[in-house]
Amino acid sequence: MLINKPIRSLALIAICIIGTTYYSTAQSSTDLSNLSGNFEINAQYYRPDSAIETVDVPEKLLSNGFFNLNYTYGKFAAGIRYESYLNPQLGFDPAYKGSGIPFRFASFTSDNLKVTVGNFYEQFGNGLILRIYEERALGIDNSLDGIRVAYEPIKGIMLKGFVAKERKFFEYPDPVVRGIDGDFQLNDFVKGFEDSKLRLGVGGSFVSKYQVDDSPSRILPENVGAWASRVNLNYGNFALNSEFAYKYNDPSYDNDFIYKNGESFYTSITYTKKGTGARLNLKRVDNMSYRADRNASFNVQTINFIPAINKQLTYRLSTLYPFTTQLLGEMGIGGEFYKTWKPSTKMGGKHGTTISISGSLVNDIKRDSIDNDTLGYATDFFTIGHKKFYNEFVLEVTKKVSPKSKFIFTYIYQFYNKKVFEGYPGLITSHIGVVDYTYKITKAKSIRFELQHLLTEQDRKNWAMLLAEYSISPKWSFAVFDEWNYGNDDPDKRFHYYNASMAFTEGPTRISIAYARQRAGLLCVGGVCRLVPASNGVNLTITSRF
Amino acid sequence: MKKTLLILSICLSGLLVKAQDTIVKTIPAALVKTLDGKNFNTRDLNNDGKPMVIDFWATWCKPCVAELNAITEEYAEWQKETGVKIVAISIDDTRNMLSVAPFVSGKGWDYEVYLDPNGDFRRAMNVNNVPHVFLFDGKGNLVLQHNSYSPGDEDKLYEEIKKLTGK
Repeated sequence: MLINKPIRSLALIAICIIGTTYYSTAQSSTDLSNLSGNFEINAQYYRPDSAIETVDVPEKLLSNGFFNLNYTYGKFAAGIRYESYLNPQLGFDPAYKGSGIPFRFASFTSDNLKVTVGNFYEQFGNGLILRIYEERALGIDNSLDGIRVAYEPIKGIMLKGFVAKERKFFEYPDPVVRGIDGDFQLNDFVKGFEDSKLRLGVGGSFVSKYQVDDSPSRILPENVGAWASRVNLNYGNFALNSEFAYKYNDPSYDNDFIYKNGESFYTSITYTKKGTGARLNLKRVDNMSYRADRNASFNVQTINFIPAINKQLTYRLSTLYPFTTQLLGEMGIGGEFYKTWKPSTKMGGKHGTTISISGSLVNDIKRDSIDNDTLGYATDFFTIGHKKFYNEFVLEVTKKVSPKSKFIFTYIYQFYNKKVFEGYPGLITSHIGVVDYTYKITKAKSIRFELQHLLTEQDRKNWAMLLAEYSISPKWSFAVFDEWNYGNDDPDKRFHYYNASMAFTEGPTRISIAYARQRAGLLCVGGVCRLVPASNGVNLTITSRF
Repeated sequence: MKKTLLILSICLSGLLVKAQDTIVKTIPAALVKTLDGKNFNTRDLNNDGKPMVIDFWATWCKPCVAELNAITEEYAEWQKETGVKIVAISIDDTRNMLSVAPFVSGKGWDYEVYLDPNGDFRRAMNVNNVPHVFLFDGKGNLVLQHNSYSPGDEDKLYEEIKKLTGK
């Protein structure tokens, strides 16, 4: 370095002053800059509990933490995310162990162009061939690292393209993923069609991944492509949304290295009119696991996402037997209906009534054996397989009985093929009933009870649950609940899974602490699940944003 | 080297303080979808100089639905008195995003609803979890935010909205 230290310092100060002055001038005319972010820490202290067979945690305390920092200045934006898993909590992949900055990006956005370098998320259509997303609760973050361009040449046309590598824990291994997508909303740019009652949109995408053939015994395709086309059509109260996806031969660990092509079809018809809503949903999936690394499994390095067709159930006992999309093959049909009767009507009563009815049925696809065993099997697009995976019926009635008290009654019928979802034999039929009652004591204080019961002749037999929650708006909330497997055949396994928690909220900040004895099971979000082992201990969670 | 770092840090902290002083006038830009499938840029969200609420929610989130249900009973009066607009951002992912329109109409809600199925707007607003409610004044300043819901929160929200409009 030729410049000596004092001069360097002076130069720095000068830059600093000029920069700040320029900055202040810019500020005074318009507010262009903004610094924002969020934060989450989740720490769990584990106690051994031999009865429910908890996993030994030598560290005693495990924590996951996230910190996002984003800066925007006019059309420019940049951000980083620091993540820390010291060590990863039970149920998260141990490969997350460590801390670092796996996510950073810079972007430029003009009126019709956005360029991003570094990390980004993306979804094409319904995600059948591409969905890059994060789901912290599941330990999923398959963000891409590369270059992405989105361009809107005229209103109604959106073009996107990217080249990148995909995240795997704290690394970005070699396989390259590339994709393009075009979305055309015809009413926006076709003359004379602007005010048409019929709205029509079409879209298409292509994704390809490159991974070296490292197999000593097979000849593997190094480039694996997939395409999808979609349409959305709205007319009056009706809407149709349909997408078809095709994936070229992609031998992988998931499909047992067969060379068969993959297909997926996903269609939804909806009806909406104020006070009423309905949806009918059809789906077919055949050999559609698609990953940057053909040897990966579980939730690692997935490129695509096939939506689950059943209703997302949230009451505790209704999550005992959760549905997960079967990427290797499934056919399903689902339907939903929502209706609200206004207050002071015959059905609505004095304070109004809302009902929701839904159902779904998912079977295997039909597979026929063929001579060519590298293709695995043959299948007919329209034929449903005999093997039943899952079946569900849900009825929910929300009824306000007075300005202060409200009931939600829920009945759920479920059929669950345990072998398909968990690998253990068992066909489980269950009936679940829930009464959820909220009473507003004063303007700010309220109390809520949940009484749940699950009835089944199979597996671990009957369960009951009681929850009580007391909250003081806007800051405090206290809850206790107990899940009790009272029907278990083995009297020594009629466990109570109890939980006591409190939460404090102030504006954007929430601090919650809970003591819980938690059953082993699948934790699912959006039809994707992770296995959580049984645990006993204290959990502290702090989240905030700024 | 130490000195350089010191100057740099002072310089940066100056910038940061400055950044905090300033107030965002527009909503951060992100691409979301309308219920009939059109692309929409969130920086275009506004309510013509009147207060605006942005509420992040999901169909599977019971407290979110309870909050939006509680507001819907009084929404007509809120609008008449203060001109406030409620924008409900559904973070339902690709599995549920097509259920949002029938869900909303089945509930009889009158909110302006957008779909954010891959969390682009959620990330731009740094939302950790739902429900998360933001109240902006007519100039786009963030005046109140609240994470989670307890019955009664909607009354406090309305008190703030009324303060903004001097009612």
